Amino acid sequence: MEHRFSSVQQVRDGLRNVNYLADDGIAGVAFLADRLAKPILVEGPAGTGKTQLAKSVADMLGARLIRLQCYEGLDESKALYEWNYKKQLLRIQADRNSDSWNEVHDDIFSKEFLLTRPLLEAISAPDPVVLLIDEVDRVEVETEALLLEILSEYQVSIPELGTITATQIPMVFLTSNNTRELSEALKRRCLYLHVDYPSLEREKEIVLAKVPDITEHLADQVARIVRSIRMLDLKKSPSVSETLDWARTMMLLNIDSIDAQTAKETLHVLLKYQSDIAKASKELSVDLV
Amino acid sequence: MLDLLSGFVQELRNAGLPVSLTENLDAMEAVRHIPLEDRDAFKYALGATMVKNSAHWRSFETVFEVYFSLRGPEYKIVEGTEDELEQMWREMQEQMQQGEGKGSSGGMDSLTPEEIAQMLMKALMNGDQAMMRALAKQSVQRFAGMEPGRPVGGTYYLYRTLRNLDLDNMLQKLMEASKQETGSDLTALEERLEKDEYESRIDSFKKEIEAEIRRRLVADRGAEAMAKTLRKPLPEDVEFMHASRDEMQLLKKSLYPLTRKLAARLARKRRHGRKGPLDFRNTVRHSLSYGGIPAEPKFKQPRPSKPELMVVADISGSVAAFARFTLMLVYAMQNQFSKVRSFVFIDGIDEVTEYFKGTEDIGEAIHRVNTEADVVWVDGHSDYGHAFEVFWDRYGKSIGPKTTVLFLGDARNNYHASQAWVVQEVRKKARQVYWLNPEPKSYWNTGDSIVGEYAGHTDGAYECRNLRQLEAFVEKLA
Repeated sequence: MEHRFSSVQQVRDGLRNVNYLADDGIAGVAFLADRLAKPILVEGPAGTGKTQLAKSVADMLGARLIRLQCYEGLDESKALYEWNYKKQLLRIQADRNSDSWNEVHDDIFSKEFLLTRPLLEAISAPDPVVLLIDEVDRVEVETEALLLEILSEYQVSIPELGTITATQIPMVFLTSNNTRELSEALKRRCLYLHVDYPSLEREKEIVLAKVPDITEHLADQVARIVRSIRMLDLKKSPSVSETLDWARTMMLLNIDSIDAQTAKETLHVLLKYQSDIAKASKELSVDLV
Repeated sequence: MLDLLSGFVQELRNAGLPVSLTENLDAMEAVRHIPLEDRDAFKYALGATMVKNSAHWRSFETVFEVYFSLRGPEYKIVEGTEDELEQMWREMQEQMQQGEGKGSSGGMDSLTPEEIAQMLMKALMNGDQAMMRALAKQSVQRFAGMEPGRPVGGTYYLYRTLRNLDLDNMLQKLMEASKQETGSDLTALEERLEKDEYESRIDSFKKEIEAEIRRRLVADRGAEAMAKTLRKPLPEDVEFMHASRDEMQLLKKSLYPLTRKLAARLARKRRHGRKGPLDFRNTVRHSLSYGGIPAEPKFKQPRPSKPELMVVADISGSVAAFARFTLMLVYAMQNQFSKVRSFVFIDGIDEVTEYFKGTEDIGEAIHRVNTEADVVWVDGHSDYGHAFEVFWDRYGKSIGPKTTVLFLGDARNNYHASQAWVVQEVRKKARQVYWLNPEPKSYWNTGDSIVGEYAGHTDGAYECRNLRQLEAFVEKLA
């Protein structure tokens, strides 16, 4: 099989070109996923760029992104495939007299009457695709089993039709916000990647890359203040996307150096709980001594 | 390589990480694809294939460091690096001589501790990674006093090294120095940021030292032996009663996701499961569309009763941490109970429900419990008997048939009267009574522990030493 990437560094550079700054871990795991032909299970706090990673990889490979948003109550007919009942009915009615029973029977269970849903579409696509299964922790444990066949064998078994095997193995990303423990069976089939809040330097780079025209000084300040805030014991630490929002706010307000007063006034962009805001503004403006 | 990897996997399993056979095979496959000399890539390859839970990463890292610490060029204990260091030192001295006209010549070994401190300060100020690593090596070599074959744990060496370096003072000095450098007064915010920056640098320096000590120990005793002594328990297996400060932080961090998971699981359990009784009204209403025939029976949504909870916790020194965690857990999932009341005691008892009301910050409330609650009656030594008696007198009336009462403590009663009749009376009125004990079961009823006397009157007494056990119990309760 042909590999998509030749080295970890190439993954990193490629992602950088589409404005996603990967660290060693992220690039390394993406590289391995390609080599081992295994899905990646991405876990981490909300807003650290898990979904963005899949999008960026698709972007970088020039592949189509197929997305399956998980929710409670997701079932086979929405994730895998469904028979097109109306069309089948029409087919039966269209030549009620002419065909023998056997012909019609075989006929209505053919590919023509199959509606593909994201998972089936991903493996039967002729063009390169990246499959993103978003927030997989939202489905029930029983529904997880739906994913197992496609994740390990890259195939879908349809009782009436047989097994459809992937023409090419797509890159698969599963994201999880860790609201529940995923089953062992699912975890075993995936490579695991934990995406945490970025380090100071990386966050600064992200801000520089994503917010146009921001000065180095301001980006540095933003990153440092956010780091200090994350060190506090908060209900919800600011995510990367909130950091970016905050940096953009600063740009809109035409501020080139953040002082305690501005920080305090714009904290609600970063933090979404009143108690967190109170705590952070107290910590930031109160003197050390 | 294969031997090394299987030893590594064995050790991971010993440390409590579940590594399955397929994962093991994946790891072997994965390392074939990455350049072995790239240590980070190697580490991530192993991590991605074998560690599937972010809470286990720390344990994995420790084992990894032990097993592969001597492999990889820049991590070897090569005395040759001294040259490099000397070079750096000379360069720095030259700089300083220009600046202050002071300095002594000579190699690294002739440096005085003051000079090392000075170098360290400089390195920390500039955030010079290479310099910090070199200094970490040097200071371990000098201050730790490591001798081959000495049966002392790594923490002892770490303590010795850090004591000599006096890093706490270093922070102060750094702050002053940076103030002088910028000349102007820093605003409170800037000062705070500066401090956080230095703190994180000092932290990374400490880690550097720790790693250096570990490397030396492994070189001395071999990976297998070291892995055993350095093994770090998983957060859910850390015992409440013996947790170090770092472990406490870790526990706190893992408590929140745990409550979220638990709450999600419970909510799901409530929603599924059996249907309620027939909803007659609704069925008749729907029968209209079938011409008056009740073809589609409708059922009421089940409303499982949420228990009312009363928590009575011992917060004397030995079990304080346990009480704190249980209270935090219970309050973090308050909405799973119809009402929560909490009481704390040592030898006196006080109700602390109020502290948790109207505040979103459970940590703050717990802090108030520890500082403000009136729990000392005579001498501040645990007296379960007296505390229970008062509890019965004051609050006994509010126990009803829906109430679940939870007693937390090790029941080490300092040989006071047990007053176990209180628990017996409570059980008569309450729905359920449980006792949670943070001590291992084998210690129960030894010395002054009289948990047996109380347990006989409860619906169950459970050992609750770590988060795993606590989680299992709370799930059962709700």
